[in-house]
Amino acid sequence: MKNKFLGSSITTLSALSALIIVLAVVVVMGEIMLGGWSTLTWEFLTGAPKEGMTSGGIFPAIFGTFLLVIIMSIIGVPVGTITAIYLSEYASQKSFLARMIRFAVNTLAGVPAIVFGLFGLGFFIQFVGSGIDKTFYGTQLKWGQPNILWASVTMALLTLPVVIVSVEEAIKTVPRELREASLALGATKLQTIWKVVLPNSITGILTGGILAVSRGAGEVAPILFTGAAYFLPHLPTELSDQFMELGYHIYIMSTQSPDVEATRGIQYATTLVLLLLTFGLNFSAIFLRYKLRSRAIR
Amino acid sequence: MENKNTKIITKQLNLFYGSKQALKNISLGIFEHKVTALIGPSGCGKSTFLRSLNRMNDLIENTRTEGTVEIDNVNIYQNGIDVVELRKKVGMIFQKSNPFPKSIYENVAYGPRINGVKDKDILEETVERSLKQSALWDEVKDDLKKSGLALSGGQQQRLCIARALAVNPEILLMDEPASALDPIATAKIEELIYELKENYTIVIVTHNMQQAARVSDYTAFFYIGELIEYDLTKTIFTMPKKKQTEDYITGRFG
Repeated sequence: MKNKFLGSSITTLSALSALIIVLAVVVVMGEIMLGGWSTLTWEFLTGAPKEGMTSGGIFPAIFGTFLLVIIMSIIGVPVGTITAIYLSEYASQKSFLARMIRFAVNTLAGVPAIVFGLFGLGFFIQFVGSGIDKTFYGTQLKWGQPNILWASVTMALLTLPVVIVSVEEAIKTVPRELREASLALGATKLQTIWKVVLPNSITGILTGGILAVSRGAGEVAPILFTGAAYFLPHLPTELSDQFMELGYHIYIMSTQSPDVEATRGIQYATTLVLLLLTFGLNFSAIFLRYKLRSRAIR
Repeated sequence: MENKNTKIITKQLNLFYGSKQALKNISLGIFEHKVTALIGPSGCGKSTFLRSLNRMNDLIENTRTEGTVEIDNVNIYQNGIDVVELRKKVGMIFQKSNPFPKSIYENVAYGPRINGVKDKDILEETVERSLKQSALWDEVKDDLKKSGLALSGGQQQRLCIARALAVNPEILLMDEPASALDPIATAKIEELIYELKENYTIVIVTHNMQQAARVSDYTAFFYIGELIEYDLTKTIFTMPKKKQTEDYITGRFG
């Protein structure tokens, strides 16, 4: 009797908890949709901020976000893929080095984003960047200040674990039979990886890239000190330029603007754009992963 | 006995998976241009033995091999042996057909390509010759661009044989190549084995007694990691010397 009551109350409790999550998503999305929908126009997406950022569009921030994640992917996806290949194909599972790398990857995944930002500032800008400046540019400041390259590299570090984990997962779905077929034909290990393992894990590499991008697009802290700008009159054209970014744009609009009330609509619409971007990317990653799974089963 | 060369000689071959011994002191000579069947109950070490002939066991962690395997009088386990070269010489057909998810043409051209063959004419020639040798050419010549996975099970296995032949091996190792096929496809593979032995030395693992009797010239009976008996197939199936062999081939255990 008592057990029955306990059982049913736990069912109710877990259903309620689940409902809270659904409600939270609905409320957040609803609120943002209602607030931002009217501001979200073609001009808003393609225009630059005007009048002290109280009107106009967010194109420079969209452009900056895309540029950031593209450079980040160019750096992070190859490094992550090669690491995943090392871990799954070369390293003995019990070797000290492999375990150390796994530990490092897991730790990296748990480091707060702001720490990456500070690391980027301290290491890339003040150490690497300043070093380059001192060596090649004399006293002139070029790389020793925040820019899109350092922001992208910092972001690549932050998203590296995501890439490594999904690529490794994809490599594991490549059947052993295919590797053996290749090796038995006298292919070297490298040839087998290059011609059999990688082509068959391409969906996983893409998934990793997309997940990294959606994670990266949603983070502000790592770029806070490493390259994001409050406002720029022109788009970045060089790696040493600063850039505007959607998440950072939301942050400054809601905290730093001289007239926060006037930017309310823009804040909502910018948030909506950012959310649609990350949701879209996540959905495509889920879709790719689904395709990958169904292939692995077959 | 007829005149023949010994292609492969194993001496005191021991193989361990971790602390478990899978092969015990196997000493055996395999003759050139003959079909040698390896029979025995599951887990008796026949596949392990087969895989030790092209060092595929190297791919499994924690394996240790002792003794020697000589192919053309060279011990393939000595230091400085190029495993990649060895595997070009000793082709392998697996139990489960495993074509690459590529076109029929690309499957067969894979071996020559990794050997650096780029000339289109040579590639085409090799693909055609290999597919003809594996008796698949007539069935696929009009759609070489079709995925290898779109073929039937029997055709896939013959594609894998063509793929192995394309690198010009001297020895073919077959690990139950017909175990997943229907009787008609099996008959085709067996016919093929008969034709191929003219030019290749074939070692085949099989669970199927009749198959061993039909296709092989010599038969080795393995039991729990040991070579129990090795002789002409005819002799093994008509006058086995050991009681264990007789019990197994007559189906009293296994």
